Amino acid sequence: MDKNKYKMLVNKYTPKENRLYNGLIAFIVGGLMGVLGQFLVSFYAYYFSVPTKDASVFMIITLVFLGCFLTCLGFFDKMVSFARCGLIIPITGFAHSMMSAALEYKKEGLVTGIGANMFKLAGTVIIFGVVSAYLFGLLRVMVIGG
Amino acid sequence: MIYLNAFLFAGIVCLIGQIILDNTKLTPGHITSMFVVIGAFLDVFDIYDKIVLWAGGGALVPITSFGHLLIHGAMDTVHNFGVMGLFLGMFDLTSAGIVSAIIFSFLFSLVFHPKD
Repeated sequence: MDKNKYKMLVNKYTPKENRLYNGLIAFIVGGLMGVLGQFLVSFYAYYFSVPTKDASVFMIITLVFLGCFLTCLGFFDKMVSFARCGLIIPITGFAHSMMSAALEYKKEGLVTGIGANMFKLAGTVIIFGVVSAYLFGLLRVMVIGG
Repeated sequence: MIYLNAFLFAGIVCLIGQIILDNTKLTPGHITSMFVVIGAFLDVFDIYDKIVLWAGGGALVPITSFGHLLIHGAMDTVHNFGVMGLFLGMFDLTSAGIVSAIIFSFLFSLVFHPKD
C-alpha cells in the first residue's frame, strides 16, 4: 500500500470533530455568559445602588467565584469539555485554570505545590497582557499623548 | 436591547476562539494570551470603550476586557505622572479579578480535594 492510500485510509477512520457543532455551542454558551455578566452588572447597580463601573467589578468577582467553586465541585471540567471556548474565553476560564492548577499541585505542599504552581497556566495571560499593555500604552502616549 | 448586544458580542468572541482552536494546533493558553493582546490593542484608539458602551457586561466578560482594563488603568495614571505612570497604575482596575482568583483558589484548594 503506498503512502497516499494509507493516509487516506487513516483520515477516513480518525474520528472527525464536528466543527460547526463546536462553534455553535461555543457561541451560545459564550453569549449566555455575556448575558449573565450584563444581568449581574444591572443587578448589582440596582440593588446596591453603586455606579456601573463598580458593579462590573462585583460582577467579575462573582464570576471568578463561580468558576473556582464549580471547578472544586468537579462540574466545571465537564462543562469546559462540552463548551470549550464558550467557557475558556470568559473570565471563568482564567479562574478555572488557576483553581485546577492549585488543586492539582496541592499534594506537593503549600509553598512548593500551590504557591509555585498556581500561575502555571494563568501566568501567560498576565504576562502577555502586561507586556502588550505596556507597549501599546507607550505607543498611545507617543501618538495621542495619553 | 443591551442583553442582545451582550449575547452577540460575547458569543462572537467565543466563536472566533473556538474556530481558532478547531482549525489550528494552538492550545487554549495560546488563544487566551492572543485575546488579551487583541483587547489591549483595541484600546489604543479607544475602540474597546465604544464596544463596552454598546455591549455592556457582554464586553467585560471575555478575557479581552482584561487587556483593555490593564491599559486603561495605566492610562489613568499617565495623566498624572507622565510615562512613569505606565508602571504605576497597570493593575489598578484588574486587581479585583486577579486578587479574587488568587484568594478563592488558595482558600478552596485548602478545603477541597481534586476530583478523579
